[in-house]
Order: sequence, then C-alpha cells, then structure tokens
Amino acid sequence: MKNNTTTQMSFGKKLRRFLSDNPVPIMFIIICAVCIPVSGFSPGYLLNEIMTRMGRNTFLILCLLIPIMAGMGLNFGMTLGAMAGEIGLIFVADWQIYGIPGVVLAMIISIPISIVLGIFCGKVLNMAKGREMITSYIISFFINGVYQLVVLYMMGPIIPIKHSSIRLPRGYGIRNTVSLLNMRQCLDNLMSITIKGVKIPVLTFIIVGVLCLFFVWFKKTKLGQDMRAVGQDMEVARDAGINVERTRIISIVMSTVLAGFGMVIYIQNMGNLPTYTAHSQIGMFCIAALLIGGASVDHASIKNVFLGVILFHLMFIVAPSTGTKITGDSMIGEYFRVFVSYGVITVALTMYETKKRRIKSRAGQQLKADQKGDEADE
Amino acid sequence: MNAKTSEEKTAGGRIQGLIKSFGLPRLIIAGFLLLLFIASPFVGANIFTQLTNVINRFGWNAILVLAMVPMVQSGCGLNFGLPLGIISGLLGATLSIEFGFTGGLSFFVAIALATPFALILGTGYGWLLNKIKGGEMMIATYVGFSAVSFMCMMWILLPYHAPNMVWGLSGKGLRTTISLEGYYAQVLSNFLKIKIGSFSIPVGNLLFFAVLALAVWAFFHTKTGTAMTAAGSNPTFAKAAGVNVDKMRMISVIMSTWLAAIGILVYEQGFGFVQIYMAPFYMALPAVSAILIGGASVNKASILNVIIGTFLFQGIVTMTPTVMNSIIHMDVSEVVRIIVSNGMILYALTRKTEGSK
Repeated sequence: MKNNTTTQMSFGKKLRRFLSDNPVPIMFIIICAVCIPVSGFSPGYLLNEIMTRMGRNTFLILCLLIPIMAGMGLNFGMTLGAMAGEIGLIFVADWQIYGIPGVVLAMIISIPISIVLGIFCGKVLNMAKGREMITSYIISFFINGVYQLVVLYMMGPIIPIKHSSIRLPRGYGIRNTVSLLNMRQCLDNLMSITIKGVKIPVLTFIIVGVLCLFFVWFKKTKLGQDMRAVGQDMEVARDAGINVERTRIISIVMSTVLAGFGMVIYIQNMGNLPTYTAHSQIGMFCIAALLIGGASVDHASIKNVFLGVILFHLMFIVAPSTGTKITGDSMIGEYFRVFVSYGVITVALTMYETKKRRIKSRAGQQLKADQKGDEADE
Repeated sequence: MNAKTSEEKTAGGRIQGLIKSFGLPRLIIAGFLLLLFIASPFVGANIFTQLTNVINRFGWNAILVLAMVPMVQSGCGLNFGLPLGIISGLLGATLSIEFGFTGGLSFFVAIALATPFALILGTGYGWLLNKIKGGEMMIATYVGFSAVSFMCMMWILLPYHAPNMVWGLSGKGLRTTISLEGYYAQVLSNFLKIKIGSFSIPVGNLLFFAVLALAVWAFFHTKTGTAMTAAGSNPTFAKAAGVNVDKMRMISVIMSTWLAAIGILVYEQGFGFVQIYMAPFYMALPAVSAILIGGASVNKASILNVIIGTFLFQGIVTMTPTVMNSIIHMDVSEVVRIIVSNGMILYALTRKTEGSK
C-alpha cells in the first residue's frame, strides 16, 4: 500500500521522503560524489567495475533477507554457508571438473553441508533468543575453527584429496590458495554483453533476478507469511499455531544454503579461492553493504540490496585512490573504507536499538498510565 | 560479593561448589589442561619451563580479563568493546615514548597518559551503551572495530616523531610493532623475580595484578560497588531501591575501559612490543572466553573467575603447541584455541541466565 502511494506522489515529494527515510544511503551518495572526481577514475572504468562487483556480490547479500524477515536480525552466520560453498569448490577443484558443470557441482555439494550447518546454527540461535546477532557472530568464529580442522588437517588423510596441486607439500591439508582458473568467470562470461567497454554478466544477473522473483513469491507462501509473523512477535505467532522454533531454523537453513550458492558465484568471479581467508570478512562486508542500502536490523528489501551493493562497492573502489590523492598515503584510503564499513554497522545497530527501546518505553508508559502503577516503567 | 562468598568456603566445600558451578565444558577444559600437564614430561617437555610460561602469560593477560568484571557485574554484558580501552592504553604507550621517557618510568607515565583517554572514551562508550540497553554486546563489538579501524588512520596521520616508533624512510607514521627495549619491556616481570633452576615467578607482575584485583574486589564491597551489582542483577529492583542505574553502568564502563588500558600496557611490558594498527582487533575474544572459562556468566563475574579463567585459558594456549605437537606431530594448537575459546563464548550466550533487562 505504502509503495502504491509513493509511486503516485510527485517526484519532489518522493525525493523529500526518500531523503528523510534513508539517512545512511544519502550519506554514502555524498561520500561517493565527493570521492569520484578526486579519485580520477573514468566513468567507463567505474561502471565496468560496478557491473563486475554487482554480479559477484549481489547473490550473497540477498541471502541475508530471509533471517531479517523472520526477526532474527542480521545473519552473521551466513559465513557458514560461505564455508560450505568453499568446501564444494575444493572438491570440484580436486576432481578437475571445469567450467559451468564445476560451478553447478560445487553448489550441489555445498547444499548438504549448508543444511547441516544451518540446522546447527538455527538450534543454537533458538537457545539464545534476543541476542541472535552476537551469537551468530560467535558461531561464525566457532565454525571457522571446525572448518580449519577439516580443511587443514582432515583433507588428505581422512577425506581423500588426489591432486597435489591443491594439497600442502606436507601431504595433508589444502594450500592457502586454490587456483580455479578453469572456472574463472565462466558464469559471468557465458551470455555476457559488452557495451562500450562495459561488460555486463547477463547470466549472473538472470540468476540474481530469479532469486529476487523467488523472494517476491516466497513472501506470499504460507511459510513466508509464518516467518513474517514470527518476526513480528514470537509469542503471538506461537499462539496462532505456528511452530516458531522450526520456522526460525528453516529461515537460517535457507539463508545458509543461499549463502553457499552465493559464495560459489563470488569465488568463480574471483578465479581463485583463498582457502582460509575468503569467508573471514565476507559476512561483515555483505552486512555493511545491506545496511548502506538503507536496510535496518528488522527491515530489508531487495531495493536495499541493489542500492547497497552499488554504493558500497563504489566507495570501495574510489576510497583508496582518493585517500592517496588527499593525504599522500595509500593506506589511509584502505583503512578509511574498513572504518566506514564498521562505522555504518555500528550506527545502524545503534539506531535500531534506540528505536526498539523507545517503542518499548512508550508501551511501558502506556501500560503505566493504564494501570496507574509504577512497576511498569522501564 | 561473589568472590567473598567463594573465598570464605573451606577448601573441600570450594571444590564441590566449583564442580557444581563450573558446568561440563569448564570441567572438560580443566581436565584437558591437567592431561596436558601430566603428558608433558612424557613427550620431553620440561614441566617447570612450561609452568613458568603459563604463569608468565597469566601475568600478561590477567588484567585484560579483569577488565571484564565491572561491566558484567553492572549488567552491561561481556565487554566486547575491549579494543576501545586497549586503544587508550596504546595512546598512552606511544605518547610516553614520544615524550622521551625511558626505563621503568615510561611505564608509569604511559599509565598516567592513558588514563585521560580511557576516561573520555569510556564516558562516550558508557553513554552509548546506556542508550541501547539490551543490545550491548553486538554494538560493543562494532564500537571496538570502528575505533580500531579509525585509529589505524590516526596512527598514520598523528604527528609522531620519535625515531624508534616511526617508519625509517618517510619519518612519519607509526610502525606496526614498536620494540619496548630500553623502555618498559619486562619492567614488572623482572621486579622481585624469583628464579629456581628453570622455574621462575614474575612476582612483580603478579603483585601488580594482585593490587588491581584487590582494588576491584574492594570496590565491589563499597556502597557504590554494591549498588552496581544490584543494578546488574535486577535493574528494576535497583531503581526502586533508589540506585541510579544509568550512572552505575556508566561508572562500570569507565572502569572496564581504564582497566583494559592498564591491561594492554602490562601485556606489552611482558611481550616486549607495542602492537598497533589491526592488532587490537580480536583482543576482546580471548579475554571474554577466559573469564567465561573461569566460571563467569553473561551477568555475573568475580575475581576468582578471572584468576581461574586466565590460568586455564593461558594454560591451554601455551601447553597445546608443545604437548599436542609432540604427540600427534601436527600443529593443531591454533584450531584448538579457536574452537575452545569460541565454543566457550557460545556456551555462555546460550545459557538462560540473563537477568531482566
């Protein structure tokens, strides 16, 4: 309904409303607007980079939407799915399966691993209701330890790895980087169009588009409605006969599986797999991108994903060279973009918590007024 | 309060009480460490050298773990924002060197210079945490991260000139690690050091920790300290009893930040280097898991938890590489550390011990 009225509003009104609703994206548009001329990159180069990075990253960010819908906040546990995707890629690289079949097979291998990890994550998060985010954040560290145990020590003696090219010289464990040259950008290059030097990875965008359509459809299904109900109020949902715990686990499992696919897409674009570091920052960057797109902890849409991925990557491309131009030190820009990523998450989380508290205290005051008692104040 | 009751118990009762309150994961970790100690002579490691290492590292890290106590007690949760305090400490350390202080004096000057930063940053941090009650831990984590990455820029831009600290070629911007040789390296550890063969005790370092721990313990027995514990265990009740909950939380956050600043300085004197830039990034996690291993929960911690936890955690960190590597010829120590420490945090987060918020 809201969307309907906005489309009917005049452009000026729409703009004003957009400005007041989206302080974070506006701030980023300003940062980018200042940085782009200073950095000295040509528009063609920037557009090309943005296209590549959009294809690379959008799918991963989309996987964050489902847990937000189910009221579980920003899913730092998406890293689990990323690790599952990486394990799939390691196997595919070992079996020497090239190109598209390799990508598809890696995704298929990642599914069971993602499901197991997702169920584990969901169960743990059900035990820590109300602090899902910090818990999922620690889970990602914990599973990272397990991942290292598996990849660094078990691959070789227990899990057979044939090719010495990806094995460490000591005989077990996987090398720090696994080369995936044979499947580099195979998804992006298939059906790609080049317009004035700007390469558009059409197939990747089609996959992302299909996922978006899936989300639009999913929201209308019984399960999607259940998730939204759980996200609104767990107790009410439970009274309505929804199995809250199960719904929450399903939402995490879906997110994890999609994150696994997203990671495979991400890595095939990069062309090599940094075995132990690829997933360490991915959760943070995806969440920062989503928040930059104007999402909050309890509300995010597909629109936020696209806006976020464009602005975040634009900042990421232009910040280092702008920093170098202004201060003469190349590291300043590097640190600046890391600072901005963390800063925006801090600000978004703070805004969400203060809002939640304001609503809670208003409800408390209402109750106080109703009961004329003083035990209700917060 | 917690510390007092556990200290008043008899030895036997205390062991029983510990087993009960420890929970299974802590027992497993303690048993694991015991096994490592028993196994160490068989794999050719000198148990006294090992013990010396553990005690040394205990001395370095204990104050960082102690910095958790005030915030946990006042209901602010685990202090994932520890890097903020660490940054105050680093500012103190670098300024002390910049101003040309050397030897043991530079350590105390560093503490003095770090204090105002800790107070200012702690006040801001406390103000923020008071606005977001209930979501402290997640936001604290990101406050720490933002502060560390912001300071990364500052370490380059701030006008430091001391030749021992800045990059040799450009003459500006701090190095990633700064040697404390000639400044306060080992200043506490070598003070009153007892040495028997291969076994040595850094008495000065332990004494410094004991003084601070005693101060914190004593603080929690003053009127303010008791009020702080009350604010942590039941804010609504504390408010009804006339306690200014926000003020108590603020004081606890400032205390935690200041203790973290001291903690990093003590760590540096033992380690011998100042590590800046991204080094403080993940320093909160070991401290958090150490206090949890020691038996603390998300809203209750005592000095005893700090001592036991730091000993167990540092014991595992130091013993696993030598012992495990000799047994299975693989360096799994890093993985063991990651799994144990984060598993412990997960365990604590999933307990339903949180008081009303």
